[in-house]
Amino acid sequence: MSIVQAALKKAIALAPDSWIPGGSPDPLIRERHGHVGQPVSRIDGPLKVAGKARFAAEFPIEGLTYAALHYSSVAKGRIVEIRTSEAEQAPGVVLVMTHRNAPSLAKAPAFGTNPKAAGGDDLAIMQDDRIHWNGQAVALVLAETQEQADHAQSLIRVDYEVDAASTSFEQAIADGTEPGQFMGEPLKLRIGDADALFATAPAKVDATYRTPGHNHNPIELHAATLAWSGDELRVHDASQAVTHAAWTLSQIFGIKEEQVHVTSPFVGGGFGSKTLWHHQILGAAAARLAKRPVRIVLSREGVFRTVGGRAPTEQRVALGARRDGTFDAIIHTGVTAMTPHNAMTEPFIIATRSLYAAKSFRLEVDTVKLNTVANTFMRAPGEAVGTFALESAIDELAAEIGMDPIELRIRNEPERDPTQGLPFSQRGIVAAWRAGAERFEWYKRQQRPRSVRDGDWLVGLGCATATYPYYRMPGGAARITVTRDGRAIVAVAAHEMGMGTATAQTQVIADRLGLSMDQVKFHYGDTSLPGIVLAGGSQQTASVGAGVVAAHRALVAEMLKLAGNDSPLAGLHPSEVGGFDGGLCALDDHDRRESYASILARAQRTEISVEAEASMPLEMQHWSMHSHAAMFCEARVNEVTGEVRISRFLGSFDCGRILNPKTAASQFRGGIIMGLGLALMEETQLDERTGRIMNPSLAEYHVPVHLDVPAIDVIWTDEADPRTPMGARGVGEIGITGVGAAVANAVFNATGKRVRDLPITLDKLL
Amino acid sequence: MTPFLYEKVSERGDALSLGTHPGAAYLGGGTNLVDLMREAIARPTLLVDVTGLSCKIEEDEKGGLRIGAGVKNTAVATDRRVRARFPLLAQAILAGASAQIRNMATVGGNVLQRTRCAYFYDDEAHCNKRSPGSGCDAIGGFNRNHAILGASPACAATHPSDMCVALAALDATVSIDGPRGSRDLPLTDFHRLPGDAPEIDTELRSGELITSIVLPSNGFSKRSSYRKVRDRSSYAFALVSVAAALELDGGRIKNVRLALGGVAHKPWRAHVAEAALAGRPATEAFFAEAAEAELRDAKGLRDNTFKIKLAKRVIVDSLVKLSNAKDAPR
Repeated sequence: MSIVQAALKKAIALAPDSWIPGGSPDPLIRERHGHVGQPVSRIDGPLKVAGKARFAAEFPIEGLTYAALHYSSVAKGRIVEIRTSEAEQAPGVVLVMTHRNAPSLAKAPAFGTNPKAAGGDDLAIMQDDRIHWNGQAVALVLAETQEQADHAQSLIRVDYEVDAASTSFEQAIADGTEPGQFMGEPLKLRIGDADALFATAPAKVDATYRTPGHNHNPIELHAATLAWSGDELRVHDASQAVTHAAWTLSQIFGIKEEQVHVTSPFVGGGFGSKTLWHHQILGAAAARLAKRPVRIVLSREGVFRTVGGRAPTEQRVALGARRDGTFDAIIHTGVTAMTPHNAMTEPFIIATRSLYAAKSFRLEVDTVKLNTVANTFMRAPGEAVGTFALESAIDELAAEIGMDPIELRIRNEPERDPTQGLPFSQRGIVAAWRAGAERFEWYKRQQRPRSVRDGDWLVGLGCATATYPYYRMPGGAARITVTRDGRAIVAVAAHEMGMGTATAQTQVIADRLGLSMDQVKFHYGDTSLPGIVLAGGSQQTASVGAGVVAAHRALVAEMLKLAGNDSPLAGLHPSEVGGFDGGLCALDDHDRRESYASILARAQRTEISVEAEASMPLEMQHWSMHSHAAMFCEARVNEVTGEVRISRFLGSFDCGRILNPKTAASQFRGGIIMGLGLALMEETQLDERTGRIMNPSLAEYHVPVHLDVPAIDVIWTDEADPRTPMGARGVGEIGITGVGAAVANAVFNATGKRVRDLPITLDKLL
Repeated sequence: MTPFLYEKVSERGDALSLGTHPGAAYLGGGTNLVDLMREAIARPTLLVDVTGLSCKIEEDEKGGLRIGAGVKNTAVATDRRVRARFPLLAQAILAGASAQIRNMATVGGNVLQRTRCAYFYDDEAHCNKRSPGSGCDAIGGFNRNHAILGASPACAATHPSDMCVALAALDATVSIDGPRGSRDLPLTDFHRLPGDAPEIDTELRSGELITSIVLPSNGFSKRSSYRKVRDRSSYAFALVSVAAALELDGGRIKNVRLALGGVAHKPWRAHVAEAALAGRPATEAFFAEAAEAELRDAKGLRDNTFKIKLAKRVIVDSLVKLSNAKDAPR
């Protein structure tokens, strides 16, 4: 951080609340009788069940060609010879593109290097003979049908000159590490002398935890349909970052940002993976070369080979405490992997920065570089695996000092952010613990492991804290158009990846404007719309919300001008006016009102349209803003075979106001299910001899099946965060956090065995 | 996928004459062969669809069953006679794959499915089974799912079928027809150990077609079980599975059948353990001794040594449970 940045940060922290967004709470928080908070079913549900929701690989274009990729089979080196003539002569083949004939492309700006950069890596794609990982696309075939392209691709033969590659995490750690950075800041924090306090602490744990690499597996395969018209590029993408994708493509192809039009109305799951990878770039390059539109759909293997996932970690957690459980020292350090071609460090210490009070902290993430596909964001990057280590260690300490693990956590509940010193915007984790413990009947837990048996099954209960920060990135904006028939269209370049964004936003907008849901249309998923809104970091709801707040303020001001002196609203300041029953009213006197139709009619306008940008997200530096949950797990471990089955699970959440209990519960449950996969089975098998992923399919890369998932109970505090738009915080990622530790802690309680290496497979319990 | 011809036949004679065509392959439900074709591991030039042949389950006078090779896995598992007389077989089939796959897969195809070794599936890896003489990357690589019994330096792949483990325990016979006439083989002799020719999975000769599986009647319907241990609850191959069947005479073992899955290149009939148990008292100590004897020559690789312990435990546990069962366990 530069001196200027540090000074600004300090200034924002010390500024009066009223200067900061969220300083005066969103009036919508007080609204308790509207659509917000109702379990509204997804408005796109009927479209989806009827097969009418069009996904990226379903857009029809005249003269379409189909692409298939050929992947490298070595991790590092160069292509000596690439034989394509057989493929070129195969039936239906339109083009075979390799580094020899690909159009000239600039390097992809990698995610994190520019506010609009979306590249998974920063490589110049198919520009030379260099191989950077095993699985990199070295040729693209275009054909008249997908089957023809797939077949022709299989006829390509490549000879490589192989260089020594770094493909072993363990070996790379032995060879030396470098300090890690996340979003431009070093992942390093020291408060007090943690090592000294740890050394003298009367109670302590000191353990190493390991988590493997994971791959993204959204149901919808990564896909794009692309077409050029002159220098204009049209992309139907499966994207959680349309504006970012368009800007990044414009940089790569040397054209203007406005010349790239990306749409993505529906996405079948993203989880951090639906950004810009090589396939869209190669698809656009091939379309340009062949002068034909291109559809590129990665195979499941292709997703494993060319889309990054979660990097492996090795983490040390050392806790020093007094006999009453009060923490004197929290040390959380370790190593994760990245690649020479990306800027993403799995930041596994983030949760530890704000969860517990302690006299001293030492937190550090170091990195090693592997020659693999670039790792990337995967649902709660950092927290998902960081909480496994931290929350396992806390359970170990609780066992060590004979204290209930919930009470140990509450004992160390901080009054202010323990490492930044900022006040909390809202923090209800203790309430979530109490409510969850009662509902889960935690009092039935036997402190002594191996105390409960049901036939062959040893039964244990475990718990862990889950947490995820509130984020709001700069760039939020919205356009609101109100028409004389009293309808509104709200447009934001946001994304619907299946989580219910369109539904929840329609609810919010209806309440803010005082309209019914069917009077509101929410337009999104299109770069022609306002805003730079990433559907990532669980921040989209806040980003869109803040954009709409700003646009709504502008709308009210414009409307008041139009209403003029003949309106019951005359003389009111925009801040005194809100949406109500099809029009505007004075916030403290609902009888002073006029409908939108009436205002527009009198002004002889058919519609009014305003666009505004959201405030800068200074609230994140003024308050410590975090969601939390208390996770409870009942695990059964078969004494004969070591098999683990989860028989009960409860998540008790504190995530601000819940905008839509139905879609939010889906996010919580989905996160927990992904967490069960992380705990019990997910693992990318990277063969260290070749750097090749050996389980690139859903048959071999295990995620939970229905039978692995019990009925999952979710509850929440529903306490509004007064500092966020709508009082809400994101709900997309928190569900996966804490689950790994809750499962491991339950397994320990069942068996007395502490598994510190994920996944917890049966061989570790035999 | 390499281009190919497709013929659906309704007469066995037509199948056999097309089957002698070079590059021909018989197609059942396609749940494995089509995958292998997609990955360009199998490249038949002619697919002879035999799903219209041998689709019946017939019984003999002694209560045995002849199951046509074209019968779908689901149909076998839900057949009332199978469930009553050979519950072990129904259990094993239902432990495999997914409902959708079982609805497509045929009995003959199930017997002939190929290993799921990741190195066999990856065209870029060395694999003696896929490309004889090229070496075996699995032995020094990921081998959690690999063999602990009967493997060779050339190959440590396992046979993935659950159904075949039950068939091995039940003394099933494979009926075969071919250009040089028909013959029968015990299922336990049908699959091969890898030796130095792991590319050859079975004793089936070129052009031969499995026509049915014959199950002789037995006295095990009251005490039999299929226990499959795997990395998730469903849709995963066995790390270890145990098909066990017991006939008791008082407290003594009159008859016992044991077969293991997930441990070898073929469904592993535990002859050593069976011999050790015949006529002995049905006690945990004897079961443990027999399991120990069966696994004496087992060898673990980097990732699968735990299977030796696991297999012993599941054998003992299965037999203890069967000997304690008062009535037919289901």
